[in-house]
Amino acid sequence: MDVLIFMVSGTLAAATALIFAAMGELVAEKSGMLNLGIEGMMATGAAMGFVAATVSGSYTVGFLAAAVLGALLSAVFAVLTLVFRANQTASGLAIGILGLGLSSAIGKKFESMTLPGVPDLPLGPLAQIPVIGPMFFQLDVMVYLSIVLVFATWYMLNRTRLGLTIRAVGESPENAHALGLPVLWIRAGCVAFGGAMAGIGGAYMSTAYTPLWAEGMIAGRGWIVVALTVFGTWMVPRVAFGAYLFGSISLLELSIQALGVNVPSQLMSALPYLVTIFMLALISRNTLFIRLNSPASLGATFRL
Amino acid sequence: MARLALEPRETNSIIAPIQVAALALVMTLIGGAVLFAIYGVSPLRGLHAVFVEPLLTTYGIGEVLLKMAPLLLIAQGLAIGFRAQVWNIGAEGQLILGAIAASALAIWFDGTGSPLLLPAMIVAGMLAGMAWAGIAAFLRTQFNANEILVTFMLTSVALQLLYYLVTGPMKDPMGFNFPQSISFGQSALFPTIIDGTRANASLYLGLVATAVAVIFVRYSFASYKLSVGGLAPGAAFYAGFSSKRAIWIALLVSGGAAGLAGVGEVAGPLGQLQRNISPGYGYAGIIVAVLGGLNPIGILFASAIMALVYVGGDFALLSVGVPDAVTGILQGILLISYLACSLLLTMRLRLVREAPV
Repeated sequence: MDVLIFMVSGTLAAATALIFAAMGELVAEKSGMLNLGIEGMMATGAAMGFVAATVSGSYTVGFLAAAVLGALLSAVFAVLTLVFRANQTASGLAIGILGLGLSSAIGKKFESMTLPGVPDLPLGPLAQIPVIGPMFFQLDVMVYLSIVLVFATWYMLNRTRLGLTIRAVGESPENAHALGLPVLWIRAGCVAFGGAMAGIGGAYMSTAYTPLWAEGMIAGRGWIVVALTVFGTWMVPRVAFGAYLFGSISLLELSIQALGVNVPSQLMSALPYLVTIFMLALISRNTLFIRLNSPASLGATFRL
Repeated sequence: MARLALEPRETNSIIAPIQVAALALVMTLIGGAVLFAIYGVSPLRGLHAVFVEPLLTTYGIGEVLLKMAPLLLIAQGLAIGFRAQVWNIGAEGQLILGAIAASALAIWFDGTGSPLLLPAMIVAGMLAGMAWAGIAAFLRTQFNANEILVTFMLTSVALQLLYYLVTGPMKDPMGFNFPQSISFGQSALFPTIIDGTRANASLYLGLVATAVAVIFVRYSFASYKLSVGGLAPGAAFYAGFSSKRAIWIALLVSGGAAGLAGVGEVAGPLGQLQRNISPGYGYAGIIVAVLGGLNPIGILFASAIMALVYVGGDFALLSVGVPDAVTGILQGILLISYLACSLLLTMRLRLVREAPV
């Protein structure tokens, strides 16, 4: 039973950074903006979050600083693609490269320092329930918030006027513009939200999941997040499911190493990427399904 | 009253790409100056350290040429695909595979001193890079899997493969357990081309690739079909140009070129297979390709500038003590500035004089 508890709570923690960044990216993509710079924004968020939390002594300040910096970086992406009408793919890559450089500059003096880590927050009587309590209700506050974020994102996109507006902009910016919707501002807002969430996701890695800063610690998670939106065919529950699946894979990696099974550790480290490639091929095979579900204007430059 | 107006260009301008690149460079210099000021270094001294100091000594110029070789190769390959909107961002991984394949031959035939060893390594490295990129082409054409994501993931897999090999099968048995292979013999190394520097003959591979790219882009029908596919996929489809073929060509060419760059590293400055074989050349190659306007000649100059930034970053670390993260940030600023300025490729600014009412 302890193993089961460890697996469930561990998966939730391992998936939290992915959930934050993926929900942000999903909202941005729903508005037609394909921001490939997630990796750089998460890395910058991780460095900034760690530094701000260390200096201020407050995790809240750390997460806020990471969110602001992530949003600022993504604002550069928004200006490039919306004002200067640059290619979204190239602009995303540029933000990614800038973000990685920035993260290393921010975190330089804090390399190999550690933090106690965001403390667990047992949820009152719920945490006392046998088995279920330790699985779900003795985790840190960001895990709970990430779950709230999943429901909130679903509700916002599918049940509110704002969500309808965002989807309309993503499906057909021309028609949305004709309806009088401020297409560029809506896209900029969605991209900024995506950047802030990527920043928070990165900060979760460096202040809670493994409370330390090391260059390269995001290790491709930003790209896995982009892949998750494809696996999830741009549907919130599926994207969230994908994030938990990947959380469990990183847990598997740790457990197998802990159990001392004789597999090259490099093979285990490569596993998430191999699974991503496999899943991507599996889901993308159905071209029609992908075309029906992806925002129609995704990645395309909008000209007034 | 006069005001600035932005209007579409009626014809393609030949000098516009040069103006845009120059403008981006100026913006990067300004960004760099701000960056140095943040680090408490005099901006002029910092910029001097990055952009001028490397060019003052033969050794410095040699270092620039050394770093230019892989960037040039990778960018020429990537540009072919970028023009067709096929985004191979995994040149880093293809470089690693090229390095592994070449190293395998160098280790296997160590001590034979055969003059055929280096040519064989070049061919093997190129094929390995092509094969690695070919996986992405296969998954894209058969399963519609996004090549951007697949090529990136394959880079992460390639890194792990490299770590496995240098700590296991390809480790130097007499190497005190360091994660590196044996040092290659002379017959497995590119000769240096300037005395007193590390610049080696792999630069010639880059120059040949440039010449081939110029001819391919200017005179081949295949290149024309690739460009049409990138600019107007609908038109390419109606004309019967195969998009699958374009994806295969784009990925195999760029993968092969990146593989060659990998050979240049292990058979050049490194002289062995080790954990760190590239300081991000695969990613910097993307910047070089875009900065060069996806034009073979433009890429030649862009690779020199980017190599200067790499070497200059190292020089700045030594002479003014700013961290090497500066290199990455400057690269990012350079690409962002170029993308922002590239609006001027299709539009132009004009001073409009309005008659007083």
